[in-house]
Amino acid sequence: MMRIEIVKRPQHSALFSALSPFIALFLTLIAGAILFSILGKNPISALYSYFVEPLTEVWSIHELLVKAAPLILIAVGLSVCFLSNNWNIGAEGQFIAGGIAGSILPVVFPDFQGWYVLPIMLLLGMAGGMAYATIPAFLKVRFNTNEILTSLMLVYVAQLFLDWLVRGPWRNPQGYNFPETVQFSDSAILPAIWPDSGRAHWGFALAIIAAVVVWFMLSRTLNGFEIKVLGRSSRAGRFAGFSAGRLTFFAFLVSGALAGLAGIAEVSGAVGQLRTSISPGYGFTAIIVAFLGRLNPLGIIAAGLVLALSYLGGEAAQISLGISEKSARIFQGIILFFVLASDSLIYYRIRIVSRLSDTALKGA
Amino acid sequence: MKKLIMALTVAASFAVAGPALAADKLKIGFIYIGPPGDFGWTYQHDQGRKQLEKELGDKVETTFLENVPEGADAERSIERLARAGNKLIFTTSFGYMDATVKVAQKFPDVKFEHATGYKTAENVSVYNSRFYEGRYVQGVIAAKMSKTGVAGYIGSFPIPEVVQGINSFILGAQTVNPNFKIKVIWANSWFDPAKEADAAKALIDQGVDIITQHTDSTAAMQVAAERKIKAFGQASDMIKFGPETQMTSIVDNWGPYYIERAKAVLDGTWKSHNVFEGMKEGLVVMAPYTNMPDDVKKLAEETQAKITSGELKPFTGPIKKQDGSEWLKAGETADDKTILSMNFYVAGVDDKLPK
Amino acid sequence: MTMFEAILLTVATAATPLLIAALGELVVERSGVLNLGVEGMMVMGAVTGFAVAQYTGSAWLGMFAAILAGAAFSLLFGFLTLTLITNQVATGLALTLLGLGASAMIGESFVGLPGVRMDSLYIRGLTDIPYVGRVLFGQDPIFYISILLTIGVAWFLFRTRAGLTLRAVGDNHTSAHALGVPVVRIRYLAVIFGGACAGLAGAQLSLVYVPQWVENMTSGRGWIALALVVFASWRPWRILAGAYLFGAVTIGQLHAQALGIGVPSQLMSSLPYLATIIVLVLISRNKRLTLMNTPTSLGKPFVPDR
Repeated sequence: MMRIEIVKRPQHSALFSALSPFIALFLTLIAGAILFSILGKNPISALYSYFVEPLTEVWSIHELLVKAAPLILIAVGLSVCFLSNNWNIGAEGQFIAGGIAGSILPVVFPDFQGWYVLPIMLLLGMAGGMAYATIPAFLKVRFNTNEILTSLMLVYVAQLFLDWLVRGPWRNPQGYNFPETVQFSDSAILPAIWPDSGRAHWGFALAIIAAVVVWFMLSRTLNGFEIKVLGRSSRAGRFAGFSAGRLTFFAFLVSGALAGLAGIAEVSGAVGQLRTSISPGYGFTAIIVAFLGRLNPLGIIAAGLVLALSYLGGEAAQISLGISEKSARIFQGIILFFVLASDSLIYYRIRIVSRLSDTALKGA
Repeated sequence: MKKLIMALTVAASFAVAGPALAADKLKIGFIYIGPPGDFGWTYQHDQGRKQLEKELGDKVETTFLENVPEGADAERSIERLARAGNKLIFTTSFGYMDATVKVAQKFPDVKFEHATGYKTAENVSVYNSRFYEGRYVQGVIAAKMSKTGVAGYIGSFPIPEVVQGINSFILGAQTVNPNFKIKVIWANSWFDPAKEADAAKALIDQGVDIITQHTDSTAAMQVAAERKIKAFGQASDMIKFGPETQMTSIVDNWGPYYIERAKAVLDGTWKSHNVFEGMKEGLVVMAPYTNMPDDVKKLAEETQAKITSGELKPFTGPIKKQDGSEWLKAGETADDKTILSMNFYVAGVDDKLPK
Repeated sequence: MTMFEAILLTVATAATPLLIAALGELVVERSGVLNLGVEGMMVMGAVTGFAVAQYTGSAWLGMFAAILAGAAFSLLFGFLTLTLITNQVATGLALTLLGLGASAMIGESFVGLPGVRMDSLYIRGLTDIPYVGRVLFGQDPIFYISILLTIGVAWFLFRTRAGLTLRAVGDNHTSAHALGVPVVRIRYLAVIFGGACAGLAGAQLSLVYVPQWVENMTSGRGWIALALVVFASWRPWRILAGAYLFGAVTIGQLHAQALGIGVPSQLMSSLPYLATIIVLVLISRNKRLTLMNTPTSLGKPFVPDR
């Protein structure tokens, strides 16, 4: 009889902090090889198209940044929420709200052009995300309503509202009555960083800036200290004179603003117009990214890139090997499991003990 | 260990050799909005792809990307197909339009075919299907078969393609019963079987005795079968889901078009065009007429024959709009642009079109 | 069958999968574990139920297989979060991702096949009673299971010693452990129960609601079930009420559309979600009541110190 036993380390292991990503990668490679062999594919070339092929071409690296930008932006905001024990599951809705609010200028006033259009759009996008995130924050503070539920329900409402808007009042009058708005004018497009080689836009730069700023706030300011103290124990926080209600608002506003910024950056930088659906679930995937990055904004940058790579790799594998999109999704789930499991090595020691020695120990 | 290394080397050389073998084939790529397993829209495009492979055999090689969202991802997916050496790419949803045009500018030697849009370019064609022709036949059948004089219509989203279908259906029905009515429920989804089932139940509970749908799952057909009323299928032949229920179904038959366009690329005659094809060209096929008396079947077949020959065009005046204003004068036929951008109901539809 | 009866039946069919999945999750959360993988377990149940029913021709066997599949799939979550102490939120989300992918792959060959329908009850005489006969005596077996399950869970949690222990584990795992309660084992059992319920809910979808298999056929119902648990402030009977309220608003909006009232369908479709928020706010205004029912250890990792 064998059994796994977990023992908490007295302090977290620096060794495993560094090693855990590699352990996860190693396990993922083995599991992936097994999975692809079962599917009758060559495991080596499958893993190659997953992890290497998307990085061998410049345009594809651009695409990686395009895909990672919203994930990082949203996840950085969510880390503030999750660290302070505010379970904002509705970043997808705040992303959409940001996309809508930021699109007011280019859609409703297309003739309004100039260098100042883009900054206003980005600010409006942040404001839209913030405003939408205020609803669950207000309900939580004022009525003690569970934020997981309200923020999640508001996602569906935002999706339907966007759908109505783009099919109705904001529909392109010259577009054969199809559900999309007018194309944004050039001054409303978030430009590419290196336009000659690909379409990665400044949204990625914004994501990096946001991650660094939030990292600084969390690790170097009183505000960050407050977040962590209240997050760990609301009682200890109250003794220190921190207000949980104020912090809830703060956390939701930060994450709403960043999700909204991600929304308008995606609409303006990557799509160029508002459509009935603007996100393939970035708001939900970002939750995973936030935890993969261990709720540390710098770790989130890496996690966002890894997750984006798994999307691109899945697509590459579909083309070069005919591995179905379904197995790509399964593989993605496996990666996540291994990363999560390896991370527990940082805080816990795992021992495999046999029943026999266990009883012997207790007897002694 | 030695064995393992050998296996790895062999495997690696395979990976390198793989693409080279297919160099002289015409590579054709497809972008799908859903999974081929939706038994609806994407399923039918995938059937078309399979027909194409079967017909042209060794001369072509096809790949597809499924579940590609219509936002920023579409552009990358299309570009990836182009970079993978595909010389003909079909993008099979309206929302891929701008992404298709953008990628086409970067790859002038690749031919693009976009379904149901309106933007063309030197190397971008547009193809669309006159599904509404089938709806007209269904309307005629419905009015003959219904006892209550009311049919239920489950719509996905109020886009022109769906509105065309509703209007064509009621126009067909009115040729038999001028007072025929339809009730419409919008599911706000192309694909949510449980919700489509609920919508069908709600319609039946409100007294309709014919169900027709412009959503992709077979759920409504199953509900109709359970409640023992008649129904029409959508996108594919759904007879298995209602052997005593389905009267006919509009089958999206993309195969002939895909074969024709692939052949054109192979012999170098491919030219950009914008086509809107229907029964005549074989894009719209009606599943066998079943579960109806012979006289109704005969009438349905005659109607189909007239549409196929071009003698009958569903949108021919006199037609009034829902608000009573005149749309088409007697004998006047709607032009394709009006049909493609249709966003109003004709008289007789018992619903307010969401705007 | 009268229209009133017909609508009631439709609502019951729509509410049943939500009710079953939410009851399972309720027990899981009462034990202090937050499993966000309900959608994934549910869709695994749906595909397994369909597949087994297809092969054996028996909807009942399909149902049992779905329960087993949901339970087995939840063990994966249990092993990670309880044994390896991974983050519960992230693990649950990953479970959903995996479930949606795996079910799509398993179900590939079942697309486009009409399924085996689980027959509704028919008792001569009783089922034919006007107005209430069909509703009380003419529904599918899973409906009756869902009602029994509600009674069972309510009884178990609040009337039995084992239920008390489970709630104690959820409220304060440290002191429960100090009293010698096997915290991890109890949580494992709760997680498996939650998985079994989600599997059963999935089977209801593919064997009763719409007897067919298509990818992603749960369409977010697992998330609604999760929301219902919070909505019900962790009380079984309120879950029943919440599930039927949600079902009624969902069906009601379709009826309103068919009547042709000129309101945008998107607004109608968002009514169930808005209604949930509003009712939740009304309930949670009573702070004492909600706090009393919230499992204090919910989502917090537990490591037995020895």
